[in-house]
Amino acid sequence: MTEARLSTASNQMTIAVSFRQVSRHFGSVKAVDAVDLDIRPGEFFAMLGPSGSGKTTCLRLIAGFEQPTAGSIEIFGSQADGVPPYRRNVNTVFQDYALFPHLNVLDNVAYGPMVRGVGRAERASAAEEALRLVQLPGYGGRRPGQLSGGQRQRVALARALVNKPKVLLLDEPLGALDLKLRENMQEELKSLQKALGITFVFVTHDQGEALSMADRVAVFHEGRIRQIGTPQEIYERPRSRFVADFVGSSNVLPPDFVKLHGGQPRWASLRPEKIRIGNGEAGQGVAGSVLSRSFLGATNRVTVEADGLRLQIVTPAGQPLPDDGATVSLHWLPSDLHLMEGPQ
Amino acid sequence: MSAEAMLRPAPAVAILPSRGGIVGALSDLFWRKPGLLLFLMLAPPVLWLGIVYLGSLLALLLQSFFSIDEFSGLINRELTLKTYGELFLPANLDIIIRTVTMAAIVTIASAIIAFPIAYYAARYARGKWKALFYLGIMLPLWSSYLVKIYAWKLILAKEGILTWLFEKLHLMWLIDAWLSIPVVGGNSLSVSATGTFIVFVYVWLPFMVLPIQAALERVPGSLIEASSDLGASPAQTFRNVLFPLALPGVVAGSIFTFSLTLGDYIIPQIIGTSRLFIGQAVYAHQGTAGNIPLAAAFTVVPIVVMGFYLWGAKRMGAFDAL
Repeated sequence: MTEARLSTASNQMTIAVSFRQVSRHFGSVKAVDAVDLDIRPGEFFAMLGPSGSGKTTCLRLIAGFEQPTAGSIEIFGSQADGVPPYRRNVNTVFQDYALFPHLNVLDNVAYGPMVRGVGRAERASAAEEALRLVQLPGYGGRRPGQLSGGQRQRVALARALVNKPKVLLLDEPLGALDLKLRENMQEELKSLQKALGITFVFVTHDQGEALSMADRVAVFHEGRIRQIGTPQEIYERPRSRFVADFVGSSNVLPPDFVKLHGGQPRWASLRPEKIRIGNGEAGQGVAGSVLSRSFLGATNRVTVEADGLRLQIVTPAGQPLPDDGATVSLHWLPSDLHLMEGPQ
Repeated sequence: MSAEAMLRPAPAVAILPSRGGIVGALSDLFWRKPGLLLFLMLAPPVLWLGIVYLGSLLALLLQSFFSIDEFSGLINRELTLKTYGELFLPANLDIIIRTVTMAAIVTIASAIIAFPIAYYAARYARGKWKALFYLGIMLPLWSSYLVKIYAWKLILAKEGILTWLFEKLHLMWLIDAWLSIPVVGGNSLSVSATGTFIVFVYVWLPFMVLPIQAALERVPGSLIEASSDLGASPAQTFRNVLFPLALPGVVAGSIFTFSLTLGDYIIPQIIGTSRLFIGQAVYAHQGTAGNIPLAAAFTVVPIVVMGFYLWGAKRMGAFDAL
């Protein structure tokens, strides 16, 4: 009975991409260092981290452009070690789009079917279909050089999707787009992923993008994953100082500060929107002085120095703001103070 | 002085005075009229190209429309196509066909040998290996052309090092078998068309490697990865992405190897059979024979051949990726 349950469990638990103690070292540089990772089928998974954190190398390991120096990678249950990229049913949307400049848009999109030997008429209609999916119908005759950045990116997406990949990898695909276009593409990518049910793995250094688009986020730092979780978990309960710092603009409080204000002597994070500014009456809250204020549209941000620490506070627009240099008191609920495991 | 004081603008002066002198005045003038600077820079080379270069070429072309009086040996300055007609005499046509065939084979062989070298240099060589590559490719160009050709004569001669090597390897029958083939063979490699071919490929190879390397250098690595990612085997990636994008470089290189082979008269003179190439025919006709019109007509042949070659390359889309 136990066995039967285990086998059904393992059927349901098929993992799209699994890393087991995967390392990729370049000489003495540990680009990826002993990473364990499970990406579920149909999931929108974001790899978030600063440049050089190993997130792109992880993506290239899944695509097959890099081979792990240690550990093993499985894609939908199949060993991927030593399998070249052209034998993986995984497609990539490159950061620079990597469209073939000597082919027109239709031939670019039809490239995958073409090298797999699909007939001319059939691959042309598949490519047209993919172009319709990314809202570029009728663009087949143009050259990549004649398209805008946003259009190139859609062509790159169509060129990958036409192959019906098991996993779609996206390497900072929105990095080169301007803000408005980026927001549109974020929504489109999200709805496309829902409609197609393909596993998306998305590399980005933009925490806002990762949090708003992904089902789960892995935060990378120095070749290791520091935390994996849903955007809410990562945002509200960062496990370490690095995660709290990198994801959003949380205030990171050192142990002695926390102890001074009645907590355990541990690193803690405190969200800027959880702090309330009082009028500075003695004996209440934490006393501080206002360093600067900036207008952010829907909110205001106030920087306050308290006990040698600079704290960011976000308040809704419309609330009265203290003047620069004014003495204020800061208040927060003890439950909003999130204790962390350590600096990393 | 504090950093702020250092960086605060000096009072009163927003527009600086002219640097003064003729240099300052010229700088200001050229800045206001960039076209003038361009004109001054381009005028000497355009004059050179226009008058000395194209002018003498046109004078040469004009000569080809003159004819020679067979009895007196004097040049008849009436325009005629008679000299061009002489090109189609069997002996002269033979020279043209031999030269164009040799140029085509040398070009194809150079491209095949040069591509992997250029590919390595563009995609893998970094730092000192790249410097070494350039040195290795350029070094043969620094030594005298004649010395290199005579060195090859020694290598290819019957008593030469190549024969010695093949004898040691007990492979002499290979060379003998090859030399017994008509047209390409001969008494020894140094007096065969094969020898001419080997030396042509050796001497022109740098002119093929460098343009291909420059073309491959401009192909982003992500395109190769994208092709592989989309399911193309390495051979398919080469055929569908790498080669089309490198083709302008291959064509540029082949223009060098093709036209240099068409015009060379020293290599076939020193290494090869006694059968003439276009360059040798030109040399003989303008020198001892004093038949300048026929020499000029022979010179037009490579120009026409190259014209057709470039037209064909363009038709095949060789310049689409430029």
